[in-house]
Amino acid sequence: MNRLTKILAVAALAVTVPQGCSNNNDGTASKNGGAINKSSAAEKVYVAPGEYDEFYAFMSGGFSGQISVYGLPSGRLLKVVPVFSVDGEKGYGFNEETKPLLETTHGFIPWDDAHHPELSQTNGKPDGKYIFINGNNTPRVARIDLTTFETAEIIELPNAGGNHSSPFTTENSEYVVAGTRFSVPIPQTDMSIAEYKGKFKGSLSFISVDPEHGHMDIDFQVLMPGYDYDLAHGGKGKSHGWMFFTTYNTEEAHTLKEVNASQNDKDYIAAINWKKAQEYIEQGKFKEMDSEYLINRYDENKHMAESIKKNKVRVLDPTECPGVVYFLPTPKSPHGVDVDPTGSYIIGNGKLNANLTVHSFDKMIEAIENESFADEAYGIPVLNFEDIVAGTVESGGLGPLHTEFDGEGNAYTTFFISSEVVKWKLGTWEVLDRVPTYYSVGHLMIPGGDSKEPWGKYMVALNKITKDRYLPTGPELAHSAQLYDITGDKMELILDFPTIGEPHYAQAIAADIVMKNSKKIYSLEENTHPHAAKSESETRVEKNGNEVHVYMTTIRSHFAPDNIEGIEVGDKVYFHVTNLEQDWDVPHGFSVLGAQNAELLIMPGQTETLLWEPLKAGIIPFYCTDFCSALHQEMQGYVRVSPKGEAPEILATTGE
Amino acid sequence: MKKLTTMAALALLLVVAACGGGAPEERKTVKTPDAITHEKVEKKETPKEIDPMSMKGIGPVTELTLPETIDQGMVEEGKALFEKNCAACHKTDKKYIGPAPKDILDRRTPEWVMNMIINPTEMVQKDPLAKQVLAEANGAIMADQNITEDQARKILEYFRTL
Repeated sequence: MNRLTKILAVAALAVTVPQGCSNNNDGTASKNGGAINKSSAAEKVYVAPGEYDEFYAFMSGGFSGQISVYGLPSGRLLKVVPVFSVDGEKGYGFNEETKPLLETTHGFIPWDDAHHPELSQTNGKPDGKYIFINGNNTPRVARIDLTTFETAEIIELPNAGGNHSSPFTTENSEYVVAGTRFSVPIPQTDMSIAEYKGKFKGSLSFISVDPEHGHMDIDFQVLMPGYDYDLAHGGKGKSHGWMFFTTYNTEEAHTLKEVNASQNDKDYIAAINWKKAQEYIEQGKFKEMDSEYLINRYDENKHMAESIKKNKVRVLDPTECPGVVYFLPTPKSPHGVDVDPTGSYIIGNGKLNANLTVHSFDKMIEAIENESFADEAYGIPVLNFEDIVAGTVESGGLGPLHTEFDGEGNAYTTFFISSEVVKWKLGTWEVLDRVPTYYSVGHLMIPGGDSKEPWGKYMVALNKITKDRYLPTGPELAHSAQLYDITGDKMELILDFPTIGEPHYAQAIAADIVMKNSKKIYSLEENTHPHAAKSESETRVEKNGNEVHVYMTTIRSHFAPDNIEGIEVGDKVYFHVTNLEQDWDVPHGFSVLGAQNAELLIMPGQTETLLWEPLKAGIIPFYCTDFCSALHQEMQGYVRVSPKGEAPEILATTGE
Repeated sequence: MKKLTTMAALALLLVVAACGGGAPEERKTVKTPDAITHEKVEKKETPKEIDPMSMKGIGPVTELTLPETIDQGMVEEGKALFEKNCAACHKTDKKYIGPAPKDILDRRTPEWVMNMIINPTEMVQKDPLAKQVLAEANGAIMADQNITEDQARKILEYFRTL
């Protein structure tokens, strides 16, 4: 295509614009079910320029491995927090300081599948201190500090294969839990897969959270039969002290699970009395198992993470610790298990069913006290279904997955196969309303919706399929989230927005709880990074053999030093860059030609390190990547790289 | 390049025509980058005459009388603060990124100096003297280093010794 044709094509396109300006609603009416009045929906989600949203929503990135933070009701993307996946934009996992966060006993793992963000709680309410999220593939749990919105800690889980039922919290974040989705030999061993039945095991980890610093460690693991442990939720109020996990594949199939794990009419919800487990631990009735795992912690003053290696974990065998585990028979491969705000009802979302099963906590306790057991499985008592069931929600939908609550006595359940959310009443089990979602909803989220006190104003449907919701972008589409107003009798769809990766699950919290603690800068005074240069007078270059350390500073708009000589091919050059700024929102970037990792993005008062190994002799420029000031384009420097063995004396200057 | 510009202009014309504007007058509003730069140069105003010693700046410090004697303790602390927070852009005796603080009190009031340290962002936007300094520094803004009033007073004491 020649240039003239191109220009004419552009012009022709421009001509068609006025037609596109007219409002044409054809074809959209069928896709906005529930949003009856478009203008009132627009008003409900409109957050005027310069104004803040009412809620922070933390959406898991699913297979992106990250958490993205959105404002609600606007659906505006506020930040992507890198957690389990490296992120070149922020240098996360590329700079020397954050690399240890992604270390495991399997080595450096640059990616994971992050499913369930879970806010820390105090007295059963989200407290805005931390958000936890599970790494599904290489089993881990991360803790994100909500003063900095950065990953503060990642703990690896031994004796686990796939960490899905995680990291659900207890009422005061005494624990966040992790259950193995895929059972494996525990301890791991080389054996035939066909010998699965009876030999593979599941583990349920209770990860303690230090109330002062948030530091995580594994307090104990409960060794379970070789089922698949799917989801979990903590008891609350009267059921505080219990944790509930769903299971599927009680058939213990090891192949074609699609068919073979769906044979039993009922699987189990495992009810774990963790307070009882604590008593056994105190009495020393645990086994100490050799199990290697890493705890990676980021030190906010040192601005770097370090890995702590652990070698042992305490394990409880339920057959030796009666009263810790009971099985609640629940129909049709239950997926989500959700506990209502009062802690009275345990809802099993049987994913191959049309109906929901609601168990009564009081009835469960009564059955346990009466020792009314139907059976036992691997020595664990199985309760009678009829003894414990409180009711059944005859939904009319298909494929229930997850339930959240509005705090007004109503529950909201997603139905994956019939692509809808059904609102029903706790206690009477009657269906009150239903709305379609677009399409194939997995989790749903009401701010605080799995806590004792939900903010029952909005509900977000987190969908797996997008199809025709947005302008097409080739075969891959951003997954969709849909926001519903749930303040009225009828749920009303008011906004539809694309998300990063997969909005697998999400949690939201009132903005005022979090924003007042949000950090603006890191104090240079408190910076204890061993390679920090806290003023320009401390900048220098040190060379020892082929290892070079550059102690560099940034401030608008120059680097010190900005002329460096004495480097040669084969050197390992560590740029330790300290941002001397002490003002909010003035990060500086650092990038150097030929760096095989990423940029640095250094917050005010922070020190970060980029390793650079030049392969070619010549004059190499480096520059600031984050537009910092009117003289940002001038924020640049040079490194002279000499052939091996020919480097002059080290020289590091600025303004000379 | 020239050909491209002509074609772009043509394309623009087409767009204007298509939108139903069409009047040739409207084209006058389309400025080339050259014209914009030129206009700016013409409009540049010469700064008004201001007596710097009458200006106190914008910020928390409204009235300050300096004692005759210099407090050496404050000087030491002020020097350390200066080196940590300011020295990346200010050399004591010569212009670097920003001006030198040597003899600053011959050119500025103590209130103005402190306000500039404490409140630089607002100062370079609103204070006529600060705006002038910003222009002289080619638009290199003064970084807000989160300096408290007490810290700024110590830095000022240090300046008195330069």
